[in-house]
Amino acid sequence: MSPLVSIAIRFAVLSLVAVGGVTAVIPEVHRIVVDVHHWASDAEFTQMFVIARAAPGPNMLLVTLIGWHVAGLPGALVATAAMVAPSCTLTYFVSRVWQRFRAARWRVALEAGLAPIAVGLVIATGWIVARGAQDTGWVAYAVTAATAALVVFTRVTPLWPLIAAGALGLLEVV
Amino acid sequence: MGPRNGPQAPQALAVPRRSRGTSRPAQSIIGRVSTSGPPIRVTLGELYRGFFHAGARGVGGVLPWVRRMLVEERRWLTAAEFTDLFSLCNFLPGPNTVNLSIVVGARFHGVRGALTALAGMLTLPLAVVLLLAALYARFGALPGIDAVLRGIGAAAGGLVLATGVKMAAPFLRRPRALAVLLVTFAVIALLRWPLVPVLLALAPLSVLAAWFRRP
Repeated sequence: MSPLVSIAIRFAVLSLVAVGGVTAVIPEVHRIVVDVHHWASDAEFTQMFVIARAAPGPNMLLVTLIGWHVAGLPGALVATAAMVAPSCTLTYFVSRVWQRFRAARWRVALEAGLAPIAVGLVIATGWIVARGAQDTGWVAYAVTAATAALVVFTRVTPLWPLIAAGALGLLEVV
Repeated sequence: MGPRNGPQAPQALAVPRRSRGTSRPAQSIIGRVSTSGPPIRVTLGELYRGFFHAGARGVGGVLPWVRRMLVEERRWLTAAEFTDLFSLCNFLPGPNTVNLSIVVGARFHGVRGALTALAGMLTLPLAVVLLLAALYARFGALPGIDAVLRGIGAAAGGLVLATGVKMAAPFLRRPRALAVLLVTFAVIALLRWPLVPVLLALAPLSVLAAWFRRP
């Protein structure tokens, strides 16, 4: 089977099981890419993970890089499309149904029940991302706390703390 | 909701915002609070630009930027509408901010809107990641990138935390919802339990509790 077809099938399936986003299926992506298809070595996978995190945008860009690594630009486009098309199609139709039953009691209950879980997950994500940067001590905690306070209490754009923190990292302070 | 709205108020709230039929000028929307006012009209170009900017600024996570763009800057959604749409996206498979672009785009312009918002959010990040990969392939290493990312990670964590805290504010007055929020946080962030079983256990309980809540 051509690698483009394998990429398309593998990522299209992952797209539909990635409840909780791409982060949740990264172990499975690793298994497929490194162990099953030998598309990349362990070290290459880690490099792609780091590059994907360095770029702005949704954290699904890892998949784009894997496609690029395997089959160049066509691979990158096929992998990206395969990762978003199935879940986006599903989301589109669910959102239409959702819109239609705007006033239904079951929808109100679903929203009221699911919202606190979703917000709990957002806070958990922030915690995990911040903790991932915390092995270097109090400066990192201070950066996290200062950024959070700035965003909650002011309307200053959060770009400044991100840039400042990147600079602190480069200077090996954080 | 002021008394001037009288008994018609609930109906007014239920009017869908997705209304390309109205002739309201688009620029009157920017900078206005979208509570129970007239339907909001967003052009395809504005959708593209809004999501382009959110994607372009989303280093270390797009969600804070999408919320900032939709709720605080452009005010296409209220804070409550955003939380509702986001929680829907969270329970569907796929990258959740990508799903969010689909839902918001579809709300204003159907399929075209969904594709426009999605394209807006992905254009620049795709170009940047491929450029980085090409540089990496050419030079073999990106010096300092780990150090920079470690710094950005600390700030990005704070940014996501702050976004979560803002979204949590309405639950402070609802003890049961607050308990669900705290349990979710504790088992995922502190105990590091796997996500899917946690969702399968918590979601039905929480929805049932909401179903039987006295109005």
